Amino acid sequence: MNDDHAPHISGHISKRFDSELEDIRNKVLSMGGLVETQVKDGIRALMTSDSAVAERVGNDDYKINAMEVEIDEECVQILARRQPAASDLRLLVAILKTITDLERIGDQAEKLGRFELELIDEGSSSKEFVKLEHLGELVSRMLNRALDAFARMDVDVALKTIKKDEKVDKEFESLMRQLITIMMEDPRTIKQALRVSWCARALERIGDHSINICEYVVYLVHGKDVRHIAYDDLKDQIRDIV
Amino acid sequence: MPEDAVNKTPDAMTDFEKIEGTIGENLIHNPKFSTRNVDVFYDEKQAIFNASLDIGHNEVIALIGPSGCGKSTYLRSLNRMNDTIPSCRVTGDLTLDGENIYSKKMDPVLLRARVGMVFQKPNPFPKSIYDNVAYGPRLHGLARNNAEMDEIVITSLQRAGLYEEVKDRLNEPGTGLSGGQQQRLCIARTIAVSPEVILMDEPASALDPIATAIIEELIDELRENYTIAIVTHSMQQAARVSQRTAYFHLGKLVEVGETNQIFTNPRHELTENYITGKFG
Repeated sequence: MNDDHAPHISGHISKRFDSELEDIRNKVLSMGGLVETQVKDGIRALMTSDSAVAERVGNDDYKINAMEVEIDEECVQILARRQPAASDLRLLVAILKTITDLERIGDQAEKLGRFELELIDEGSSSKEFVKLEHLGELVSRMLNRALDAFARMDVDVALKTIKKDEKVDKEFESLMRQLITIMMEDPRTIKQALRVSWCARALERIGDHSINICEYVVYLVHGKDVRHIAYDDLKDQIRDIV
Repeated sequence: MPEDAVNKTPDAMTDFEKIEGTIGENLIHNPKFSTRNVDVFYDEKQAIFNASLDIGHNEVIALIGPSGCGKSTYLRSLNRMNDTIPSCRVTGDLTLDGENIYSKKMDPVLLRARVGMVFQKPNPFPKSIYDNVAYGPRLHGLARNNAEMDEIVITSLQRAGLYEEVKDRLNEPGTGLSGGQQQRLCIARTIAVSPEVILMDEPASALDPIATAIIEELIDELRENYTIAIVTHSMQQAARVSQRTAYFHLGKLVEVGETNQIFTNPRHELTENYITGKFG
């Protein structure tokens, strides 16, 4: 743990409570791993126009959904049986929210596969329109950092990741401008170009969900809700607490 | 530092040293009770170290902490119950509505009518249910006739959630009731003299969940007219009934804050450890 303020999961008088929390945390991390793989595969499908990969991404989403349900259930059981307070309560609340965002990231990854598959079926591919690599790299790195911040309860990493949102927004806007230009120049491309824009949109959403996870990390560590706050104000508030 | 603190195990010693003054909002504007720099000793042994805490009007404050942390001792100093222990000495400024409760002019009997107390173990008098509740009002001449006394007794029993269970046997001994019923009888007895403040020392530790819920509901209703300080070992109870929470540890007041804050984001490590059930 990099942060002195990071709460300790272990150390409860009830050893079983320790292991329940550890178990649930590990499940969130493996759900995160699964989501990361899905996102990478989704992006790979866009880059390589590999219909097998695209199809697999679409088919594997159910695994993430199942994990969300399982972790949800375990959180509810701990809430009911342990009545957690303070950092334990914040951990469970952060987990409940995090898995919702992870599941939605999974949905976005699935969309990447599905849209690319539709493009391939129409004899096209996203590559023919714009380069989604850069946006893809940006958001998959953000997701990776968000999961890292969660695993290590590292507020520094979380804050740095939140800052990356500006870059994502810029890249997304630039891609949209390019796509609009293409559509205006040749209206026959509209059907495919729209699909590509939805892919860009899905990537951008993955970035947004990753930021949400980073915000839950700040809440988990400092007990401070930093959602819907401008980045500079956010840094000031964290500095006040620390 | 007292001698026994020096003899504490190294771990406890570290904790004791970790507490430098009180974190949080221990002092408030226009308090009902104000206590400043309170030290309590039993002979040479110091039980409370320099505690300063205000208790507001119409507020429920929960005093929490591990056994032997001084929370009951602190509570008992608020209506001079400690006077009954010869070896006990209280220093500091303790005022109720600005009046020094330890001044020579303050009559402890009248003080305890204004600041009632409900104890951990139910302690009904060996009298009838009716007389248990009527005892205080009789002592302080609160009823002019039997009808008024009946009214006080019935209302008090109703507010304590006991009336329906005992209305047909008001003349039977209070000691014949179950533990939970006895505790509610004691609460009825406390309410009967219309106190300004009610101190409760683990009032529901011997009650089943339904009786506990009734007592907690009662505490919530009583808050409209009274100020309540409650010592409890049940974290959930403290979280449910109080607006503010004070955490005591090794005789020191560690942290005071809004109950919401204490239970979601305590600031002191020792508060956090206690609330989450961790080793210190």
